[in-house]
Amino acid sequence: MDEQLKVPTMAEFMAEGKQPEILFWVGSAGSYDDRAKKITKAFVKILNKAKVDFAVLGTEESNTGDVAKRAGNEFLFQMQAVMNIEVLNAYEVKRIVTCDPHSFNCLKNEYPSLGGNYDVVHHTQYMEELMTSGRLSVEGDTYKGKRITFHDPCYLGRANNVYESPRDVLRKTNATLVEMKRHKGTALCCGAGGAQMFKDAEPGNKEINVLRTEDALEVQPEIIATGCPYCNTMMTDGVKFKEKESEISVMDIAELIANA
Amino acid sequence: MEYFPNIIFAIILVLGIGFFARNIKKLIRNIKLGQEVDASNEKSQRWSNVVRIALGQSKMVRRPVSGFLHVIVYVGFVIINIEVLEIIIDGLFGTHRIGLELLPASLYGFLIGSFEILAVLVLVSVIVFWIRRNVIKLKRFLSSEMKGWPKNDGNIILYFEVVLMGLFLVMNATDTVFQMSNSGNIISQFIAPWFDGFSQETLHTIERVAWWFHIVGILLFLNYLYFSKHLHILLAFPNTYYGSVEPKGKFNNLEAVTAEVKLMMDPNADPFAAPAEGADDEAPAKFGASDVMDLTQVQLLNAYTCTECGRCTSACPANLTGKKLSPRKIMMDTRDRLEEVGKNIDINKGKFVDDGKQLLGNYITNEELWACTTCNACVEECPVSINPLSIILEMRRYLVMEQSAAPMELNNMMTNIENNGAPWPYNQMDRLNWKDEH
Repeated sequence: MDEQLKVPTMAEFMAEGKQPEILFWVGSAGSYDDRAKKITKAFVKILNKAKVDFAVLGTEESNTGDVAKRAGNEFLFQMQAVMNIEVLNAYEVKRIVTCDPHSFNCLKNEYPSLGGNYDVVHHTQYMEELMTSGRLSVEGDTYKGKRITFHDPCYLGRANNVYESPRDVLRKTNATLVEMKRHKGTALCCGAGGAQMFKDAEPGNKEINVLRTEDALEVQPEIIATGCPYCNTMMTDGVKFKEKESEISVMDIAELIANA
Repeated sequence: MEYFPNIIFAIILVLGIGFFARNIKKLIRNIKLGQEVDASNEKSQRWSNVVRIALGQSKMVRRPVSGFLHVIVYVGFVIINIEVLEIIIDGLFGTHRIGLELLPASLYGFLIGSFEILAVLVLVSVIVFWIRRNVIKLKRFLSSEMKGWPKNDGNIILYFEVVLMGLFLVMNATDTVFQMSNSGNIISQFIAPWFDGFSQETLHTIERVAWWFHIVGILLFLNYLYFSKHLHILLAFPNTYYGSVEPKGKFNNLEAVTAEVKLMMDPNADPFAAPAEGADDEAPAKFGASDVMDLTQVQLLNAYTCTECGRCTSACPANLTGKKLSPRKIMMDTRDRLEEVGKNIDINKGKFVDDGKQLLGNYITNEELWACTTCNACVEECPVSINPLSIILEMRRYLVMEQSAAPMELNNMMTNIENNGAPWPYNQMDRLNWKDEH
């Protein structure tokens, strides 16, 4: 990604007295995690290409508190939420798009009762919207005929019933979509949710991400598509564990569309 | 002496229903030990859930084999029990097959014929269920929490059904008047020849014995429910009504915490201010749950509704990878503890006396709670809208906010969020650095 990315901040918009179409909520993983940052940049590339008037909070963004809430620390969650809501409301943010289903779920479902009411969409929903309105199209044939399987993130799928948007977007690449045995409502978790990302697993006989990777390997994909930075990490590790990284790549849908 | 059987019947009926009512009252009292929940919203969605999920069994059939067999047993159970109405009238008034007198013969024949066919289908399904539990040994019936009583309970119910269906068919087969009418004896006509050569008197005795055992069996079954996992046949309906109507990912925001956070964020709040008049009367809010009384009434209803089918556990990623966590066990533990608390209240004349035990620790361990990925697979699976995840989260809240007992790595993660707004120790001011990195 050599071209210079345009990433304006809300503060810059404010200084010019303008409002962006959407606020891009980058999230903690998208801001700091090396793998997730690539997803962030791929999505920005798409936004730039579709000429979307967007902004980020930049250094004014803070962790949603989602992971603290799931770990049981409601105090920390609500502190984070109230701080973020103060910033978002000060900028009169109406619409938020994010690449992280955990932020998506938290902002959409858990912020409203604390005073934060926004129209929140996942980046796969937003890409679908851009494609439907003709602002974004896939011209290249990079993925034509490639076997791609989509791993449903728990907080996008089961938690919020978004199953079709990621698949519709993937279909635009003319790839061959193959479904794992467990998919959509019955999809197996990657193992990162509920704060597991930040701790070792309890004693057991297998890692969850390995089991999920085995689900994927069964359908012999060339690419495992993800829609969550944490799932991406878990599946990447799973593929490495199975020593399949030379045959199978794990990519976020935003990266697939940006590269298509 | 002419009315002797009628009187006996009435006494048995009153006792059977009376004991059942007493236990149901106890069940409601136990559920009310929980925290109140406001379920006044989304009424039409709630009723629609009852109709689709409980009445329509929409989530049962996601697993086609057990789902289909279950629908047969369910439909059979509901429809065959219309027959109980006739039995009760006959029993109280000393009539015999009052339906034959009240209904056109063809309609009566059609009804009893349908019951007979359903009885056979139920018998077959129940036998398959038994084979699945005891011969094929499906994994989800073999988990560690399914040893002892839960395993026996599952089988006892199946035996009950076999006996009840058998008695119903024998009763019809040995009823000479009914067999002579030759209408509705679709199945029993093939059983009748087994009794060829029996005297009229013997046949009548067998018919009476089957009739009595059938109704007594049904009343026993009704009273067995309270002690069994089988309460779901009644509680599935309220449980689907009170089940969540929100997206599964939405976890409740604790209001007690909101009040404190608001106070903390309020620059005008005086931290040393004397508490408002009357504030001392209220017990300080306890964060999260360590025992059943801290859970909501809906969560306790969930526990009584669970029929231990184990679909939740068979879909749980933690359980599938050998961790201790089993969502089914969470529900079973909650019910067991609630029953223990209920008995404590019975013994101590209506007041709970601290028994030094609680749900957390004595039943559910920290290890189980920390293994959960909050993925909602268990919630998605449950055919009657039970939410084990909500109980897990409530207990994590207690561990973290009341006991500071989170795993060390999680404490580090939370400290990072507190200090620099990210779960990792990166500087808040570097949050936009990715923009210029190549």
